[in-house]
Formats: sequence, C-alpha cells, structure tokens
Amino acid sequence: MQNQVISKKDLAGFVDELIKTKAAGEVIGIKSQDGKYNFGPLKKATDLRLDYDISLLPPKKYFFPQMETVLKYEAGKTPKIEAVAAEKSMVIIGVHPFDIRGILLFDAVYGGNNPDPNYFLKRNNSVIIGTDCLNPNPKSFAASMGTAVTEDGFDLMLTDIGDNYFITVGSNKGDQLLKKHARAKAASAADEEKRDRTRKDALKKYKVTLTLKPEDIPQLLDTTWESKVFNDKATTCLSCGSCVMVCPTCVCFDVQDDMALSLKGGERYRRWDSCMLTEFAKVASGENFREHKEQRFRHRMYRKGKYLVERYKYLGCVGCGRCAIACLAEIASPAETYNLLKEVK
Amino acid sequence: MVMQLTAKQSIHLPRLAELTRVDTLSKREKVFEFKFDDGKELGHKPGQFVELSIFGIGEAPISITSSPTRKGSFELAVRATGSVTNKLHTLEKGAKVGIRGPFGNGFPIETLKGKDILFVAGGIGLFPLRSLINYVLDKRKDFGEVTTLFGCRSPIERLFINQLQEWNACKDMCFLETVDTCPDDSWKGNVGVITTLFTKVSFDPNKTYAVVVGPPIMYRFVIAECLKKGLADDHIIMSLERRMKCGVGKCGHCQINGLYVCQEGPVFTYAQVKSLKEAV
Repeated sequence: MQNQVISKKDLAGFVDELIKTKAAGEVIGIKSQDGKYNFGPLKKATDLRLDYDISLLPPKKYFFPQMETVLKYEAGKTPKIEAVAAEKSMVIIGVHPFDIRGILLFDAVYGGNNPDPNYFLKRNNSVIIGTDCLNPNPKSFAASMGTAVTEDGFDLMLTDIGDNYFITVGSNKGDQLLKKHARAKAASAADEEKRDRTRKDALKKYKVTLTLKPEDIPQLLDTTWESKVFNDKATTCLSCGSCVMVCPTCVCFDVQDDMALSLKGGERYRRWDSCMLTEFAKVASGENFREHKEQRFRHRMYRKGKYLVERYKYLGCVGCGRCAIACLAEIASPAETYNLLKEVK
Repeated sequence: MVMQLTAKQSIHLPRLAELTRVDTLSKREKVFEFKFDDGKELGHKPGQFVELSIFGIGEAPISITSSPTRKGSFELAVRATGSVTNKLHTLEKGAKVGIRGPFGNGFPIETLKGKDILFVAGGIGLFPLRSLINYVLDKRKDFGEVTTLFGCRSPIERLFINQLQEWNACKDMCFLETVDTCPDDSWKGNVGVITTLFTKVSFDPNKTYAVVVGPPIMYRFVIAECLKKGLADDHIIMSLERRMKCGVGKCGHCQINGLYVCQEGPVFTYAQVKSLKEAV
C-alpha cells in the first residue's frame, strides 16, 4: 500500500463518486450545522468541512446509535421474540485521529468474550476516512494525550498539506477504493515530509495541556481516591450527564421496553446511559452505590484514567475536549482534574 | 437493513420459559418455578443469576434460588419492588417469560469441597444462598461441618418457612435463626441481629469458609464477626448486588471500580472486596 497525494479538486471528485456509486455504502461526512459541526449524510462533496475543529457528537453514533432496537416481540400467551440488529455499510469521512482512538476502544469493549453483533454489523461494514485535526478546539488536549495523530484505526487518513491532501493509506479496503474511484498519485518523500510538518505544526495549536504523561495517569490515580479535588470540582455538578453524552469513549447503555399502542407487541431497545446520572448505580432495594455527585464525578475520572486502561489497554479519554465544551458547570475536562490531582494530590 | 440474529449471535435474546408454580413467601416475596419451553435445563451453578424478561415491561437481574441438583426446573425468589418484579408478582401458572443466562461466576464450589461451611443469610440474601445450601445438602458427603445462620427483621418477614423447618430438623446441618425484633410474643426463638448468633457457634477458622449474603449493612457487622473468629480474608465469601442491564460485561451498570460484577462476580471473597471502593 502506497501513500498518495490528491488535489483538492480530485478529492471532491472522489467523494462525489462515492456518493454517486455508493461503492462503500452511504456516505457520511463532517458538515457545518448551525455554526457548529456535526457528522451527517453527505449529499455533495462541497458540504464537507474537513477544516473543522470538533463535531458535536463523535462518530461512534453510527456504530452505537443513541437508541437501537435489539428485540422485537409479539406479546400474548406464547410471545414470539426476535433478536434484531441494524446492519449498515457506510463510509465516514472526516474522522479526527482522537475519535478514531475512541472507536478502537469501542472495538475492544464491544468485542472480547461476548462480541456484540449490533455494534459489529455496522462497524465491520464501514470505511473510515480520517482527517488530521489542523484547527483544534480551544478545549481540546489531544496533543498531550498522544491522540492527535494515529497510526491505525483508519482506512484512509487525509492531511491538508496546502494545494493537495496527503493520503495515508491504512488498509487494503482504503487502497482499493482509491484505486477504483480516485485520481490520486503516489506520494513523494517531500510530500510525506510536508504531512509530518503539518501535523507537527498542528500540535502546537492546542491550548490545553495535560501536564503529566498520559501513561502515568493510572498510577497517579492510585493515590488520589481521598483527594478533595473531586468534592471541590463536583460541588457545581448538575448531574446532567452531558459530559458522557458527547464522549467518544463512553460505552454504557440502558435497556428499556416499549410496548406498541395496540398492546400486541413491542420492542426492546438500548440507549446511551451515563454514570453521571443519579440513578445509574442504584439497585432495586433503593441502595445507590454512587449516591453522591462527587462519587460519580470521581468514578468518571477513574474509569477514564484507570479502569478502562487496566481492562482494555486503552485510556478512556482521548482529549477531544467535547465534555469540557458541553459542561455548563465547566468542571468536566479530565485534563484539568488530572493536572490538579498531580499538583495537590 | 435490519437483520434477524440467531440466539448464538445476539447478546439480548432470551429463551422462553413457562411459569409452572408460584408460592407466596411473605407479603412482598414470592417464589416462581420455571421450565424452559425447549425442555432444556438452565445449567446454572449456585450463586449465578439470570436476566428475567416480561415482554412489554422490561428485564431485571434475578438470582437463582434453586439448586442445580434439583433438575427439570429452576426457581427464582423475588421481592416485588420495581416494574418487572411487580408485574412478575401478578403472573399466574402458565405465563411465559424470557430468561437470559445464567450469568456470573457463582459460588466457588471446588474451593468449598471438603471444608466446613458457615452460611450467613440476612433477609432476602437467603434467596441466592438457598441455592448453595441445598446443593451442599444434596452432596453432603463432599463437605465438612455445615452451619447456617439466618436472620430477618421480624417473624412475619421469615421466608421459605417450610424450608427453614426442614433445615432445623436436618441432622446434617446446624441451623440457627434469629429475628431483629419481635413486637409480640408470637416468636419463641432468638431475638437480636444476626451477629448475636455468632456467640452460639464455634468452628475451626482454618478449615472453615463463611459464605455471607445479605444487605450492605449486614456485611459490615458480619465480616467483623468472622474476622474476630479468626477467619482469613479469603475464607469469607460474599455475593454483591448490582443492577446488571446486559449480563455480558458491556452496559457498565454493575461496575465496582474496574470490575464488572456480572463478569468477575457477583461472588467475591472479602480479600477481593476489601481493597475495592464503593463495593458495599
């Protein structure tokens, strides 16, 4: 697989070709929406905004939708039950490296001993065309999390190197798509140098910095359980769950039943859930194992910085900054909390 | 495109089971016997749980109260407390429910073999423990001395009364019971919290395992008593309650720190739990 360069015009041609031929399924792309950016179905290449800073929601929603039906049933004396999963082929264009790191964590969580078909019937049928983030959001700290650049998890990765896009080819699937549908040419050593310089320059644009090495976070958290930082921070927490709802690495869900109006049957669906909501760890007896907001706040920080790494080898924070943008109380940024914990313990 | 998934693929598909018997245990608790429509066994170990579905209402994690030694059916003893369990309490013989599982690790039977066992059940903690107690009684020669302590709040909250009588009369096991308080003279037995029974039993801490199931408050006091009697941390076995939504280590609801109760639990030793925060 040889890396390529493509002119901006030809990239647009490639994208329009994908839209027209549906060669890799529905084309999803990053678009501008009411002054912000979001992923959505792409109608034409010119709607793409590869220069964006951050999308409102991470692209995980295409593999793990906000709500997904997992069972259909007919009620009655002998219920008929059917397990279902929505299968979909997609090409998602414009995914930032840190969001790709989030998807890799999802692959680990939803795979493993009990692989989840509802996730993989979408994930495995999708093509990810990433784009390096050259205009990071002021709340993002991906550079210091080591997630601003990724070497894997994509089929193609686009880097805006001026007149052209550099295309790092990450899979055969990506390679084939390019060969069939794009007018790209082999990248030279000079192009590659341009890509590396562009990436390096972008790293300098991040405004928020984690002041410790990300791999040291689990160890830091070994000694901070009793820290007053959690209580101080959580005092203004609204327990609204917004930080979790926008997070590219938050994997938890709730399961609910919905009976049809006819009462003849219904569906069971799962939907995104949040450990920051008051009732998340409550059991039937009324006992709530994380009753207080500082417990939930701490749990979120530990889950991201320690539990997930220990279980799946991936940190549960990729530094995108969405939680910090979404949080009305301005307390959600993990970088801020980890930095503070490092200082005051 | 919506695909139909096979039972092997889906993590959410229950098997249909028929309610074959209902017995009222107390004001809030009933025991339900089920048989699978496909005639198969549940194939559980004592201490495991299932996800019980009532279609149109939802799904809830319920511990299995019957012993796998009693074949042909399985029993769930349930307090009516949420939407699924309240609906379950209205069902009659012949009703169909969905069952997923069994899930979780179950009690460490191999570790307990040849050892003396002290069972301590508080309130509806008896439900999961009953599975193991009857298992041990059915395979009595595999185990050493067996003692069971059961406590509940008051005489009207006693559960499985016939079973308790059986155990009381059973020569294979020492059985002691207490109630926290008794408002009248209807109760002739012990009165006082379950730890008061500890003064009435003696055991060799080196060859004894305590298996404790009860509400969070009970663990604090019973564990202290066990330690006082010289039991090592890893000789104290407990089962923890969480609200598992999936049972397969995905949904996140049952996490205690980095552990998933549905995967590594619900049965833990005190040695494991002691270093965990927010466990009990």
